Amino acid sequence: MGFEEACVLQQQLAGQRKQGLVADHLLFVEHPHVITMGRNGRMENLLASAELLERAGIGFHHTDRGGDVTYHGPGQVVAYPIFDLREWKRDVVAYVRGLEQAVLDALADFRITAGRLEGCTGVWAEGKKICAIGVHMSRWVSSHGLALNVDTDLDYFRYIVPCGLTRPVTSMRELGSLATCEEVKARLAEHFAGVFDLDMPAVLETFA
Amino acid sequence: MIDVVMPQMGESIVEGTLTKWLKKPGERIERDEPLFEISTDKVDSEIPAPAAGVLAEVLVEEGKTVAIATVVGRIRESDGAAAAAPAARPAAAPAPVAAKPVPPPAPPPAPPPVAAVEAAGPLSPLVRKMAREYSIDLGQVKGTGAGGRITKADVESYMAAQGARTVAAVSAAAPAPAAGAEVPPVPRPAPAKARVEPMSVMRTRIAEHMVFSKRTSAHVTTVHRVDMTRIAKLRDRIKGQFQERYGFSLTFLSFVTRAAAEALHAFPIVNASIEGTSIIYHNEVNIGIAVALEGGSGLIVPVIRNADEKNVVGLQRAIVDLAGRARSKQLKPDEVQGGTFSITNFGTYGSLFATPVINQPQAAILGVGAVEKQPVVVDDAIAIRSVCYLALTFDHRLIDGALGDQFCQNVKASLENWSEQVL
Repeated sequence: MGFEEACVLQQQLAGQRKQGLVADHLLFVEHPHVITMGRNGRMENLLASAELLERAGIGFHHTDRGGDVTYHGPGQVVAYPIFDLREWKRDVVAYVRGLEQAVLDALADFRITAGRLEGCTGVWAEGKKICAIGVHMSRWVSSHGLALNVDTDLDYFRYIVPCGLTRPVTSMRELGSLATCEEVKARLAEHFAGVFDLDMPAVLETFA
Repeated sequence: MIDVVMPQMGESIVEGTLTKWLKKPGERIERDEPLFEISTDKVDSEIPAPAAGVLAEVLVEEGKTVAIATVVGRIRESDGAAAAAPAARPAAAPAPVAAKPVPPPAPPPAPPPVAAVEAAGPLSPLVRKMAREYSIDLGQVKGTGAGGRITKADVESYMAAQGARTVAAVSAAAPAPAAGAEVPPVPRPAPAKARVEPMSVMRTRIAEHMVFSKRTSAHVTTVHRVDMTRIAKLRDRIKGQFQERYGFSLTFLSFVTRAAAEALHAFPIVNASIEGTSIIYHNEVNIGIAVALEGGSGLIVPVIRNADEKNVVGLQRAIVDLAGRARSKQLKPDEVQGGTFSITNFGTYGSLFATPVINQPQAAILGVGAVEKQPVVVDDAIAIRSVCYLALTFDHRLIDGALGDQFCQNVKASLENWSEQVL
C-alpha cells in the first residue's frame, strides 16, 4: 500500500476511533520505496536530492509522526496501531516502550536477540537499528507506529541518516533469519495483543 | 483568560518540546480543536485547546522544551463559549484531553454510530475479553466510567464481590462436590509438574508439515541392504588427499546422493509429485538433504539443484556448504525450495534404518543408515563387509512396491559396483 494511501486510512480510522465508532486497529502494510520525514526531522539527514530520489523511484513525504527521517520499502513490516491509549495507559512513553517490547518479543520468536538503546527509541540488534519507531498521538489515539526490517534491501538507507543517528541499520535477514513478512506480522500481532492487553480478533482486519 | 499548559503525556515524563503552534496569536479556536503539537520520545502529540476563544498569547516558542504544567499560551474566551468552558485550569491539570469526557468507544467495527451501543453500554476490548475469560454477565456489572461505561476496574470489583460464588461454581463442576453449603477454600496452585513453552515458528512449521505429509501420502518404507565395502576402501584410500585438496572430508552421503541422482533418471516416477489427479514429472533432479540443527532446535532441508549434473566432489562440496549455512541460518529462501526428492542421513546418529516422512510434495525420501562392518555370507563363506541399510519411504499412491524396490536395487547396484576412480 502506498504511503499516502496508508496515511489517509489511518486518519479515517483514528478519527472514527476518537469518536468511539470503531475498535482499536492494528494495520500492517508494506510500502513501496519511500522516504518520510518526521515532524522533528532535519532536512540535512536526507542525503539525496529530490531528483536523485525520483530517478531511483523513491517517494518522499513529510509526515506528522515523531522522529526524524526514515526509509520504508519492500521486505519491511510496517505496523500502524490505531490504539486508544485511554483504554490502556495514558502514557506515551509507556506506549513506545510497549511497541518496542512487542517487537523484542516477536524477534525472540525468530531467535534474534535484540534490545533497547538508552536514549535511542527503537529496537537494536548487534548495535544496529532493526526497528524504527515514530508515533503521532491525537487525543490519546495513536497513529503511525513502527517499521521492522525483515528482508529489507538495506542499501536504500544510504540515502538518509536514519532517525538522524549515524548508526548502521540491519534486518532480520542480515541477522540470519529466513522469516517472511507474513510470519513476522503474525508474531507481532500476537505480541501486540499481549503487551497492550488487546483482543486479537478485534485488531486483525484486512484492508484490500 | 484560560491558561494553556504543557500536558503530561505519561508518568515518567517531566518535560515536553513544543514543536508547532497550529494557530497564530489572534486566531480563533474552538474547544478541542488541535492547538499545538508537542514531542516526547518519538511521539508527536496534538494538543487540543482547553476552551474556545482567541489565542491571545504564545508564551513558549516552537522548538522550546519546557517542564510539564508550564503555561505555554493563553486563550481569551469568546463570549458565547465562556459559560461552557471551565474557569482557569489549575496549573497541575492533567492533559487537556483527559479533562474532557471520554467519547465512548464501541464494540468491533460498526460504522453506524447507532448500532455501536450495546445493552450493557459501549465496551472496551479489554472489558469484553475479561467478560469472556471469566464468563461474566456484563449486564450485572455497574459501570462507573464516562457515560456509565464499564471499565476494567468495574469488572475487577464485580469479580471481587462475586469471588465466593465464582469459586463455588468452579468446584461444583469438580468430580466430588462438597455436599454442604460451605464455601470451599480457594484452590492453591499445585507445584509445577511441567514447563510450558510456546513452540518456535520453525517447530510449528515442522509439526504442521509432518502431520500434513502423513495425512497426504500413503507412506510405505522398503529397506535394502547395501554392501559399501568397495566404497569404504576407496574412501579410506583417498580421504587424506581429498581433505587436503578440497578442505572438507569425503563422506558416504555424497556417494549415495550420486547413486540416487542416477536412479532418479532411471525411475522418473520417484522424482515426481502429485497435483490433483495429475502426475508432475520433474525434469530437474533437485535433491534435498535433511540437516538437523543443533540442540534439537529443528530440521531444515536445503536443496542441491541439478544434483544429477554434479560428481561426488561437487555433491560433497554442496552438502558441506548447505549444511554449514543451514546451521548458521544463512540459507536463502530459494535454497530450501524446489526439491524433487530428499535424502536423510540418520546413520550419522547410529541408526541402522528408519522410516522417514516424505517431504511434501515429493514422492519419496531415502534414508541412509550407519555404515558398519558386519559378518555377511558371500559365496557360501562368512566375510566381514561394510554394510549399510538404505530405507526408501515412498508414496504408495504414485509408486508401486515393485517399482520402489527396483529403484533401491538400482541405487544398491551403483554403490556396490562403484567403478569411478575419479570422483
